[in-house]
Amino acid sequence: MHAMTVFYTIIQQLVNGLILGSFYSLVALGYSMVYGIIKLLNFAHGDIYMVGAFVGFGALGIFGNALGIGWLGITVALVISMVLVGFLGIVIHRIAYQPLLNKNAPRMSLLITAVGVSFTLFNAVMVMTSGEYKAFTTSLGYDGISIGPINITYTQIIMVVATAVLMLGLYWFINRTMYGKAMRAIALDQDACRLMGINVTKTISLTFFVGSALAAAAGVMAGVYYGSIHFYMGFIIGLKAFTAAVIGGIGSIPGAMLGGLILGLLETAGTQLPFVGSAWKDVFTFGILILLLVTKPTGILGKSEIERM
Amino acid sequence: MNDLALVLQNVETFYGKIHALKGVSLEVPKGKIVTLLGSNGAGKTTTLKTISGLIQASAGKIEFYGRDISKEKAHNIVSMGLIHVPEGRRIFKDLSVKENLELGGFTLKDESLRRKRIEHVFEMFPRLKDRQKQIGGTLSGGEQQMLAIGRAMMTDPKLLLLDEPSMGLAPLIVQDIMRIIKQLNSEGTTILLVEQNAKIALKLADYGYVLETGELVMEGDSTELRKDERITKAYLGE
Ligand SMILES: Nc1ncnc2c1ncn2[C@@H]1O[C@H](COP(=O)(O)OP(=O)(O)OP(=O)(O)O)[C@@H](O)[C@H]1O
Ligand SMILES: [Mg+2]
Repeated sequence: MHAMTVFYTIIQQLVNGLILGSFYSLVALGYSMVYGIIKLLNFAHGDIYMVGAFVGFGALGIFGNALGIGWLGITVALVISMVLVGFLGIVIHRIAYQPLLNKNAPRMSLLITAVGVSFTLFNAVMVMTSGEYKAFTTSLGYDGISIGPINITYTQIIMVVATAVLMLGLYWFINRTMYGKAMRAIALDQDACRLMGINVTKTISLTFFVGSALAAAAGVMAGVYYGSIHFYMGFIIGLKAFTAAVIGGIGSIPGAMLGGLILGLLETAGTQLPFVGSAWKDVFTFGILILLLVTKPTGILGKSEIERM
Repeated sequence: MNDLALVLQNVETFYGKIHALKGVSLEVPKGKIVTLLGSNGAGKTTTLKTISGLIQASAGKIEFYGRDISKEKAHNIVSMGLIHVPEGRRIFKDLSVKENLELGGFTLKDESLRRKRIEHVFEMFPRLKDRQKQIGGTLSGGEQQMLAIGRAMMTDPKLLLLDEPSMGLAPLIVQDIMRIIKQLNSEGTTILLVEQNAKIALKLADYGYVLETGELVMEGDSTELRKDERITKAYLGE
């Protein structure tokens, strides 16, 4: 291959990897936050992303007439989906998880409950959508910036920027607000938090809200980006986001961001490498991840005392 | 009855089938230091946890300034002005000294009040001020105890429960901590002090109780208790 062609391909794939990685990161954050605070692997989290996509789709259907199906309509749909799915996260926490936490149930029971929640969401959406693909129609088109053969659409740019804004917002919330600090403290010592006057249950609910809202944002953006949504779209990304959270160091927020980006970039790199290609990309990606975890079992930014299941 | 900060009446607490408190009754008058003594496993920590709501009493009454708090949740009790500094300090090890203090002031409604209280704690413990950016887990034992007390003072509590503040500290540091407790009390904070170190506790306290396997076996003015033969033999090692 010509050197310039290789260079263009790298840039183009970097952008693709960044987008994919953004989705992984946003979903991985919720995984990691919930694990950090109550040591639960919330297997329903991928389905939350899927529900987010459908709520965004529904909201755009309702408000699209008045607001259009361009950026304004999409932004409104995104915010609506984040809020509603955030509350869904709270409902799931209160109904499915908190009663078990109150009874000091074994970790395994919590895990099975999470699997149950996942099936519930998955099947509910399957029935409601008759298991059909839905076209996530927008008026965004493919306008963008072209440099030589490299073409970066405005949609791609805005998605990366939106992800960055959400992450910066989360970072600010976690480090600068009292409830954010309380979340980090609960991950360390729940009883000590009670003695500070922190309502632990409420703060855990808030964590579910934030994590679910971020996953919903990713779901809506993925719907817009790929142009179609379906009831099992959360399954694979749930596993991938879980992987991303573990690579980054589960429980670590910057770790989840980093893990998602690394995973997205590796996957797109895999599709381009000779002898790998899209058929072997998962083998390539997960091979590297296994190597990475063997050398650093707690993940890139994880702490050594992190409890493993 | 407002001269009593805290009243326990026949409080009973269980851990599953283990009967840890078998009817504990005690009083902490406003403005005083009362100490609760006892050997390992006597139920001292359980008493404090029951008062602060970390565990529910199965029977009995706990009154804080005349208000029954035995059914209240721990975080609500904090807002009423009753603060419990737990055994082993339990500071947030991965958070900075300043963040630990801010969380101590979680129930304060106002950010500027929180800043003012932090300044107040820094005046009390200048060493914490020098280390405010440092991660809590890297503090020395004595500094961690100062942080635990400082964190509790963020809300200017009406009653402070202290669980073995001298534990694991060198004698000189213990004296520092005891001086601080005395000072807090002279500034108006009522204190219930749990100690295994009866000698220093009775020096500080106005009144003392002795707990044995979940039951109070003795009580009296600390000057009397210090002279009591059973105390000197069992707890003062004389
Ligand atoms: N979480 C728990 N589960 C079961 N039993 C407990 C629990 N915590 C304490 N106990 C039991 O309750 C009794 C009182 O314990 P507690 O911690 O109150 O004693 P203590 O007086 O504070 O002792 P120490 O001086 O060693 O701190 C002990 O017999 C202890 O084994
Ligand atoms: Mg104890």
